[in-house]
Amino acid sequence: MNKSKTIDSENFRRTVNRLAHEIVERNIGTDNLVIVGIRTRGEYLARRLAKKIEEIEGKSVQVGILDITLYRDDLRGRLDQPQLKSTEILFDITGKVVVLVDDVLFTGRTVRSALNALTDLGRPALIELLVLIDRGHRELPIKADFVGKSIPTSFKQEIKVMMTETDSEDSVYVLDVAEEEKETRQ
Amino acid sequence: MKLTSRHLLGLDGMAKEELALILDTAVSFREVLDRPIKKVPPLQGKTVVNLFFESSTRTRISFELAERRLSADVVNFTTAASSVSKGETLKDTARNIEAMKIDMVVIRHAAPGSAHFLTRVVDANVINAGDGTHEHPTQGLLDMYTLREKFGTLEGLRVCIVGDISHSRVARSNIFGLTTMGAKVSVCGPATLIPKDIEQLGVKVYHRLDGIIPEVDVLNVLRIQLERQKSGLFPSLREYHRFFGVTKEKVSKAPKPITIMHPGPINRDVELSADLADSEHSVILQQVTNGVAIRMAVLYLLGTTN
Repeated sequence: MNKSKTIDSENFRRTVNRLAHEIVERNIGTDNLVIVGIRTRGEYLARRLAKKIEEIEGKSVQVGILDITLYRDDLRGRLDQPQLKSTEILFDITGKVVVLVDDVLFTGRTVRSALNALTDLGRPALIELLVLIDRGHRELPIKADFVGKSIPTSFKQEIKVMMTETDSEDSVYVLDVAEEEKETRQ
Repeated sequence: MKLTSRHLLGLDGMAKEELALILDTAVSFREVLDRPIKKVPPLQGKTVVNLFFESSTRTRISFELAERRLSADVVNFTTAASSVSKGETLKDTARNIEAMKIDMVVIRHAAPGSAHFLTRVVDANVINAGDGTHEHPTQGLLDMYTLREKFGTLEGLRVCIVGDISHSRVARSNIFGLTTMGAKVSVCGPATLIPKDIEQLGVKVYHRLDGIIPEVDVLNVLRIQLERQKSGLFPSLREYHRFFGVTKEKVSKAPKPITIMHPGPINRDVELSADLADSEHSVILQQVTNGVAIRMAVLYLLGTTN
């Protein structure tokens, strides 16, 4: 398997910082702003963004965690069963500006699930989408408002986002996965 | 990780990991129950039939709520207004219902093994909601969930089940589940209501409440079925209450407060005193709430695997 590092830990930090600045710039501060991360790495990203925004603006931003398992469109027909975890959004999202955060934007199906899950929890005034990596190949009409880096990929490739919360370093890799290997993995 | 069986028939023989998977999954559904919109979509398009050949209020409503909150379509069947009163057999009833393209069956029946039997005649996933004196797995699971929520772990927890053990599917499911999870389980009741070889299931037997009360964290008090008295298994309700009724005065002998559970419906001041049932140490209503989450977890885990 061929593997190349596209973002190292220094650039990872710079990218997260820039995204935090973009959020407060577009929303003119943090009033009414909440950040919701999609499990698992979206949650870590959301926490880092919130921390950075607090440094910039001097105000704390509430962070929630969204588990989208129950809203997946491929729940049936899979051989394995995805592990169900809890949604932890301890505030009312109605009337709020919600920044929805995920690590990689690919087909858009995860975001579709997340939007359904969010609207079951309340009626936000506005939902904005932030992703660290946009790798293309959308299957639904979904577009991110904030993008860390666009990496055009082929179907043979995979994006691996590593974060120190669970991994050894902060980095993003592009992996070339051979077709037959990919098939056996699914 | 997923369950090894397509059905939930009993907790007997289930691995620790499987029980833990159900309990962990229920934590997520417990959170759904606190939302303003208590509905999630994973069983959309699935049809569940609740086949209740025995009367039940709590369990049937709990299952129905769980099914609806997972967005399943629900059909209820009760014996009184059905073809069973015309003499149809369980097998024919089940096959006919299945011919209407259903996906899951929840069954309550007076005959032990009826849920097992059903798995041999239909293709749907079968969930046992109580089969005679055999098992009531979702009740066992919700009791375990409630205890794990309160104490953090089941490992080493000392639980005594009090009452009519012989005729209790709740007791059996609790014993199987709790011992697998590492709890120390005992039973207490009159000798006529405790099966002879119950020690083989890994439980200790007591015939006096004052002997066990200082030694436990939890008393799970079973409903005493009034018809058992007619068959001579205990002399009178008053005598039963005197010796095996759990009261504030009796539990006050414990070194620290004992948690009180009851699967319902309660005969107040027979097996359990009213003041204790309503006290801060009673988790009876938490059991009911957690029951919906546990049933959602079971339906979800069985209904979304192939």
